[in-house]
Amino acid sequence: MDKILEVKNLKLYYHTSKGVVKALDDVTFDLYKGETLGLVGESGCGKTTTGTALLRMPTAPGRYDGGQILIDGRDIIPLPEKEVRKNVRWEEVAMVFQGAMNCLTPVYTIGKQMLETLQEHRDMEKEQAEELIREYLGLVGLPGEVMKRYPHELSGGMKQRVVIATALFLKPKFVILDEPTTALDVIVQAQIINLLKKLKKTFDLSFIFITHDLALEAEVADRICVMYAGKIAELGTNAQIFGKQGPMHPYTEKLLAATPRLHRKVESLSFIPGTPPDLIDPPKGCRFNPRCHKVMDRCYVEEPPLKEVEPGHMVACWRLEK
Amino acid sequence: MSENKNPEVLLKVENLKKHFTPHMGLAASLGKARKVIKAVDGITFDIKKGEIFALIGESGSGKTTTGKLVMKLIEPTSGTMVFDGEDVTSIAKKQLEAYRRKVQMIFQDPYASMNPRFKIRDVLEEPLSIHRIEGDRARHDEMIVKALEEVKITPPEEFMTRFPHMLSGGQRQRVATARTLILNPKMLVADEPVSMIDLSTRAEILHMMKDVQRDLGLTYLYITHDLSTARYFADRIAVMYLGRIVEMGPADMIIDKPLHPYTKALIDAVPEPESGKVDVIKELPISGEIPSPANIPAGCRFHTRCPYATDECKTLPEPELEDIGGGHMHACRRWKEI
Ligand SMILES: Nc1ncnc2c1ncn2[C@@H]1O[C@H](COP(=O)(O)OP(=O)(O)OP(=O)(O)O)[C@@H](O)[C@H]1O
Ligand SMILES: Nc1ncnc2c1ncn2[C@@H]1O[C@H](COP(=O)(O)OP(=O)(O)O)[C@@H](O)[C@H]1O
Ligand code: SF4
Ligand code: SF4
Ligand SMILES: [Mg+2]
Ligand SMILES: [Mg+2]
Repeated sequence: MDKILEVKNLKLYYHTSKGVVKALDDVTFDLYKGETLGLVGESGCGKTTTGTALLRMPTAPGRYDGGQILIDGRDIIPLPEKEVRKNVRWEEVAMVFQGAMNCLTPVYTIGKQMLETLQEHRDMEKEQAEELIREYLGLVGLPGEVMKRYPHELSGGMKQRVVIATALFLKPKFVILDEPTTALDVIVQAQIINLLKKLKKTFDLSFIFITHDLALEAEVADRICVMYAGKIAELGTNAQIFGKQGPMHPYTEKLLAATPRLHRKVESLSFIPGTPPDLIDPPKGCRFNPRCHKVMDRCYVEEPPLKEVEPGHMVACWRLEK
Repeated sequence: MSENKNPEVLLKVENLKKHFTPHMGLAASLGKARKVIKAVDGITFDIKKGEIFALIGESGSGKTTTGKLVMKLIEPTSGTMVFDGEDVTSIAKKQLEAYRRKVQMIFQDPYASMNPRFKIRDVLEEPLSIHRIEGDRARHDEMIVKALEEVKITPPEEFMTRFPHMLSGGQRQRVATARTLILNPKMLVADEPVSMIDLSTRAEILHMMKDVQRDLGLTYLYITHDLSTARYFADRIAVMYLGRIVEMGPADMIIDKPLHPYTKALIDAVPEPESGKVDVIKELPISGEIPSPANIPAGCRFHTRCPYATDECKTLPEPELEDIGGGHMHACRRWKEI
């Protein structure tokens, strides 16, 4: 399989007046053509920051403090903004932002909003552009007449489809989806997940699917990257994380135990006491040590590196050191 | 007032309806005829004392409207509501205040419902002032400390001087719950209290809410579209579709032996954390979207999306809820065949 994205030792820090928030600290992973990579973790673990970093659009006061983002071998971090706007952002990488479907402009029709996006990037006659818009609406399962409608006339599921169509427009190499179904009910969520699977298959597309819900990752992601406190805790295939053996990092174990299962009656849901740490001054050693049920002396002193424990399965935990 | 013959029942709702008539202006501006929106269209249920009763259904099925009716934030179009033996369908303003003290609401976004400039102490004192609860500052502090202890915010004194933004999502939801408990309610209405919160925090909050419910013998109306938490959290579940209850019963029966095709569809759509599903396009038993409550299909209102619908389903009158034993009720004429 072709690697289309390599993220190497990426550091993205927010330089705030209170101190430096190490939102991404030495993050390394790849994305292959035609795969969906799941990014999962509690809120504040750095999922959205990863997305905006890959789009070369970190939010202020965020700054790249090290590492590389290679798209087809080219590092996009040092590129001038002009080049990024012309050839990278939306062209190679697109992102569906958290809550994007609620940010459609209420006073313009869907058609007008999509047309604007398209004409910003492509020299195109209006008729030709409208033809293309109709085609993309069709791809996401919407009738062409949706062009004439206003956002408030569409349901949540329809708005999310519009936002996905807009992200696909310029044929990017991969699309980042940040919590695309969190605000939707179960049936609409299942419909959107099916849509993404069809798009992936038909066009050999790659997705980075961000959510806090491990059960959803089990449905969509070929590989799962579990983030904790700005670092990767575990990265493995769907079968490695959700199969018989189960996950290996204590954080993933806890996260999975906190995921309710409809067909399994339990007396009480388990949860992870405490909250993710302050990233200005994270705990010494392993960042998960204050909440870990398997903590040892060494965990307070040294930070565990991300190591391959079996082919394609990476874990950052001292417990797995032989 | 002795409508309530069963002393166990706290809230009795009978054939309750809420129909909205849109403003002419709005309808005209959308180029549409003025049509009545039947958001809640005849629902009947009891909630027992100390019970957790969940209302589930898709977006637009009428859950929030039902919650607002129970809170008496809106007036029903018809039907009756009896609370603790008293008919509360239409009560005077003075009694309404007393009612709102007994029935409290937990909001979906606890942050939005708290004044960011208020310290936690003031956030909790607000309902005491609104409801003009007697007592000096020391007496109020006592009540605030007690409410915070009930939701395990400890030590309460330390948290009382903090501002909402200095709390985690889970702590904020605890404070929001403490704020509803301070008035000693009998019942809490929680509309999607955890839907925007990540899973671990969600589990923590539901845990806390259940502890509080047991400790204080509270009754909950829990509104959600999340079946997994409803199963864990609730004693009984009612499934709503387009303003009606289509199935109702003990939580385990609803999830393990659903009778209505709509309930089955909801259950099938829930993702489970198991491998081997990535390359499978899930067969969804129902397609399309929920129809508009301004245009409810004739006959069984689910027939336009039901995979088992026959001509009879379209032409015969709508099936009513039928009890098949053990309190398990459904409203599908073909339940035996499917
Ligand atoms: N004040 C109102 N005027 C007109 N229509 C309304 C009003 N309030 C609710 N509705 C309509 O009634 C239907 C039921 O709405 P309700 O908010 O009760 O649904 P819900 O089940 O809570 O959905 P969700 O899961 O999205 O919260 C919807 O179609 C809604 O648009
Ligand atoms: N613009 C910003 N300025 C300062 N800190 C930020 C900013 N955006 C995010 N953060 C912090 O960076 C960390 C990661 O945030 P985010 O990427 O949004 O996490 P997630 O998407 O996993 O919830 C958090 O501690 C958050 O508070
Ligand atoms: S390194 Fe130690 S503290 Fe960190 S996850 Fe492993 S056992 Fe827990
Ligand atoms: S009555 Fe008919 S249309 Fe309605 S749920 Fe049953 S089978 Fe489906
Ligand atoms: Mg985020
Ligand atoms: Mg609602």
